[in-house]
Amino acid sequence: MDLIIIGVVGVLFSCGTYLLLHSNLLQIIIGLSLFSHGTNLALLLSGGLKRGGPPLLSTQAPYTDPLPQALVLTAIVISFGMTAFAVVLAYRTKQVCGSNEVEELAGGEE
Amino acid sequence: MNTELFILFVMAPLFTAVVLFALGKHRITQRCISLGVVIGLWIFSIAALIHVLQNGIVVLRMGNWQAPYGIILVADVLGMTMVTLNMTIALAVTLFSLPTVDVKRQEHFYYPLFFILLMGVNGAFLTGDIFNLFVFFEILLIASYALMVLGSEPGQLRETLKYLFVNMIASTFFLVGLAMLYRTMGTLNMADLALKVQMLPDSDGTLLTVLAMVFLFVFGTKAAIFPLYFWLPGPYFPPPSGISAYFGGILTKVGVYAIFRTFTLIFCHNPGVTHELLLIIAALTMVLGVFGAISQMDMKRILSYHIVSQIGYMILGIGLFTTQALAGALFYIIHHVIVKSTLFLVSGVVQMTTGTTHLKKIGGLQARSWFLSALFFIAALSLAGIPPLSGFFSKFIILQEGVQLGRYGYVAIGLVCSLLTIFSMLKIWNGAFWGEQTGEIRQVSMPMLLPGVILLVSLMVGIGLFPHVIYGVVEIAAEQMISPDAYIEAVLGSESVTQVAKL
Repeated sequence: MDLIIIGVVGVLFSCGTYLLLHSNLLQIIIGLSLFSHGTNLALLLSGGLKRGGPPLLSTQAPYTDPLPQALVLTAIVISFGMTAFAVVLAYRTKQVCGSNEVEELAGGEE
Repeated sequence: MNTELFILFVMAPLFTAVVLFALGKHRITQRCISLGVVIGLWIFSIAALIHVLQNGIVVLRMGNWQAPYGIILVADVLGMTMVTLNMTIALAVTLFSLPTVDVKRQEHFYYPLFFILLMGVNGAFLTGDIFNLFVFFEILLIASYALMVLGSEPGQLRETLKYLFVNMIASTFFLVGLAMLYRTMGTLNMADLALKVQMLPDSDGTLLTVLAMVFLFVFGTKAAIFPLYFWLPGPYFPPPSGISAYFGGILTKVGVYAIFRTFTLIFCHNPGVTHELLLIIAALTMVLGVFGAISQMDMKRILSYHIVSQIGYMILGIGLFTTQALAGALFYIIHHVIVKSTLFLVSGVVQMTTGTTHLKKIGGLQARSWFLSALFFIAALSLAGIPPLSGFFSKFIILQEGVQLGRYGYVAIGLVCSLLTIFSMLKIWNGAFWGEQTGEIRQVSMPMLLPGVILLVSLMVGIGLFPHVIYGVVEIAAEQMISPDAYIEAVLGSESVTQVAKL
């Protein structure tokens, strides 16, 4: 199971990188959100994937580590906020600068 | 002092921000509250720093969970010094913002966003948990994006997009690093991590070195070290000068602080590799940053490139990894933050007066205001490290330690970079202040603009005249960094350290 998830993380990251190398702002943002999905899976993996145990620390029974889930939840909220901000920023850039292609937005010496 | 009050460094800015968000159009009330809270927090931060110096590390446990469980804030001397520094710059920037920020920005939540930023930065300096460090990083980043783009000029939008994408990628790697760290070590509490690293068998050291590199990439991107500084000069250019001053002074230093914290507490198992690499990076950062500064013709851009160059000195201190070098590097951070913010604020005054900061379009400002020129001159000399100003002592401590360790090459690079710093500061001096008065001159009321600058310049001169006061503080901080037992003991209790000693 771990290996499958690792593979999925790898696929998400490679797709994200591919999209990130495009010049359209929206593609870059989607690439970044694929990154964040991959990261969330990696975080989930960090506690080890287990089934059946309760998320309670006790010395006898095997338990499921609850911390990665808390981390993933935080990470999801943050990446949601960041993506929303990025989309709005890209939209506003398109309105003000008249383009959402990276090449046309280049420069900056003014 | 009731140590529970230390939570105010995070909570007070948050509550202030909430109140200010509600006060949207009441601009005078907004400004009064902002100034009041910042002054209050500034005084409290100094009191808290003195408390930490006298009584040792303060640990706050949220919900009273015993570490390594639960959320903790740790106020050691390093963290508290950075918080005090942050509040000092916040005060100067607020004083500068009161008369300069336009109505539109004020009504669109300039002050609330600034307080969210302060909350994130204070939290990052105080947290004792590396995941919370990530959370506070995100809080300060989202506030900084909003402040940077406020106004929606085409230049602002463009630069914020670049800054946003770079930081989102860095944040992704931060999380991946955290996942790997948790998988390897089984904890994210920094004191607990430090303990577990000490107990680690040698064979696992390689994996930890890989993790160290992931985190170096993340924090290096925020701190703008070589080769990750490419994003830097742009974003600090378009926003209002008060915000440029705060970003230039504090924001990159949060990354430097994170490098200091992690590379003294967690990733110090194999200094032969990690810290040697830091030295090489430091040298390249110093050289390329100062070359960048020389090639520019705009005040704000020259100053931005200088940030890169001076980050190099700080990294040099951590790379040398001795008590003296760390003390020097922390001294350098204190000096750099104050001086850099001053210079950005002065360039802001220049921009208000002439409408531009491009050196070819302005000139002869000393005829307009000799006082402003004097303030700039002191700050510029201090930046270059002329005695008896603050820059001299901080550079002296680092370079002296470099000589004693026999790292003559790095010392030479540091000295050459100082020389080039003077050269580029003189370029600003010649271009903007000396010579014939050129360009348009607007009527601005200098007494309104200068209180923040005067506060910072007097601190700078004060540090120069009484360096032993600051040195006393940074020496304690450096001792705590080089032997983290006190930190671990404060967080986890004394039995944990003796447990390691037995092993």
